[in-house]
Amino acid sequence: MLRIEQLTKKFGRNTAVDAASIHVAKPAMIGIIGRSGAGKSTLLRMLNRLEDVSSGSISFEDREISGLTGAAKRAWQAECAMIFQQFNLVPRMDVVSNVLHGTLNRRSTFATLFNLYPSEDIHRAIDILDRLGIAEHAPKRAEALSGGQQQRVAIARALMQDPKIILADEPIASLDPMNAQVVMEALRRIHEEDGRMVIANLHTLDTARRYCDRVIGMRAGRIVFDGTPEQLTTDMAREIYGADASFSEEATSTEIDALDRSAVKAAVAKALA
Amino acid sequence: MPDQTAHGAGGSAPAAQIRESYMAQTRRKRLYGGVLLAIFIALMISGFMTADSRNAGGFWEGLHQIFDFPAAVLSEAGEKITELPGNLVKYLPALVETLNIAAVATLIGAMGGILLSMLATRGLARWPRLIPLFRRILDVMRAVPDIVIALVLIFVLGGGPVPAMIAIAFHTVGALGKLFSEVNENASLKPVDGLASVGANWSQRMILGVMPQVAPNYLSYALLRFEINIRASAILGFVGAGGLGYELKNAMAWGIGRYDEAAAIFLLLFITIVAVDQIGSVLRDRLTHGRKEELLA
Repeated sequence: MLRIEQLTKKFGRNTAVDAASIHVAKPAMIGIIGRSGAGKSTLLRMLNRLEDVSSGSISFEDREISGLTGAAKRAWQAECAMIFQQFNLVPRMDVVSNVLHGTLNRRSTFATLFNLYPSEDIHRAIDILDRLGIAEHAPKRAEALSGGQQQRVAIARALMQDPKIILADEPIASLDPMNAQVVMEALRRIHEEDGRMVIANLHTLDTARRYCDRVIGMRAGRIVFDGTPEQLTTDMAREIYGADASFSEEATSTEIDALDRSAVKAAVAKALA
Repeated sequence: MPDQTAHGAGGSAPAAQIRESYMAQTRRKRLYGGVLLAIFIALMISGFMTADSRNAGGFWEGLHQIFDFPAAVLSEAGEKITELPGNLVKYLPALVETLNIAAVATLIGAMGGILLSMLATRGLARWPRLIPLFRRILDVMRAVPDIVIALVLIFVLGGGPVPAMIAIAFHTVGALGKLFSEVNENASLKPVDGLASVGANWSQRMILGVMPQVAPNYLSYALLRFEINIRASAILGFVGAGGLGYELKNAMAWGIGRYDEAAAIFLLLFITIVAVDQIGSVLRDRLTHGRKEELLA
């Protein structure tokens, strides 16, 4: 379905993504982990074609993506939704309008200028908001919502695109644990109910373990791990993050129930000692 | 849609009701938008018709002649293309005079504008009660057309670059003062408080607490004003202030037919504006990037 071959991105002399190859046969929920600067965001941004590819190829359902330009590129972007860490909504517009932005690829500039969306689209936008549990905020400005609610608006915008792939770039990194759980569960549900492929960059290991079918580890632009969550051992995780023996998965956890785990207490005690 | 509202939807209205109220809101917005658009179009059309009926010559009769003059200038300049380098050199001194008028006027105007803008900004003003007075002073300086001041001064002081410089500087104080005071409003007052806490006087607080924050914005507005002033000083040449405008007036006069020289003068003006724009962006870039390096160091 999705084939990424030897994908490379260079910024000047820096190589952000170095010959990454990923094959995905059927829709899955994939988590990409690695420390900041490992090239996770650049990889997703190349998939959405927000960044151009330096070398290598991306193909989706036997269609070459990495070379598209102009209208064909924008059509691909409409099929491949993106969710950002900072939500990237238009703050001064109402929630439904933000969700309707998911249909912009099908709309003319004239219709956009006069805010003319078909009624079916408006109804669908509200249904999607209802599915994500934020329909009552429909007429509010996006900036009036909390972070978790804004991220769900962003997910609704992605769903409005009716995409085959949803890319999520650190979707929960600016959210508190409760909202993080709501957002991750929404993404998981979209994968399970709609059968869409979800690829998410995650900054915590346990989130990747809990929600993903497949985990990809990146370090310094290279893919160093690709397997199921079960195959991801603590040693492997240390390798991905370049950490020493003091590294503890629970210490970075954002899960609410992780706080009960004695391992955290042990890790904190060790750190304090 | 299956009911999947697992979180956060407690006590919400059913989706159908939300739909209904949102659609009503959308229809209302569209109605207002449509009415506004209709009023706008009606005003534009009626305004055009009024203006056209007062037009001496008639808009539609003259419309096709708009390009006659540029075409005449270009064709004559094309015929005498070999004289172009000579003409460019010939008018270089006039260009320098025009540039000097604009540069001095911008410098003096910017200095006056900085002072008045500080006095007219809430939170920074030396005498907060006099803010309205200083604002009105800026308004007056902007309101009087520079060409009027120039004509009066030329009458009093005689023709030449100095009256033009004073006229443009006067207008620049008003225009830049207004823009600078808007920049000042966005400046953080924290450094000013910090400096006040060590006993600094008003000028010291402004120079050390405000100026470093606003300098890049000041510079870009001042450079934009410099471009406008180059054009203004060229126009003032038409009324006897010397420089490029005087030469342009002579070259452009109907009937005499020195369009090749007019073309050379336009070319000089264009090159100058491009040069100022380019130099300005390099300067701005250096000012902001230089700061970044300082921060990193």
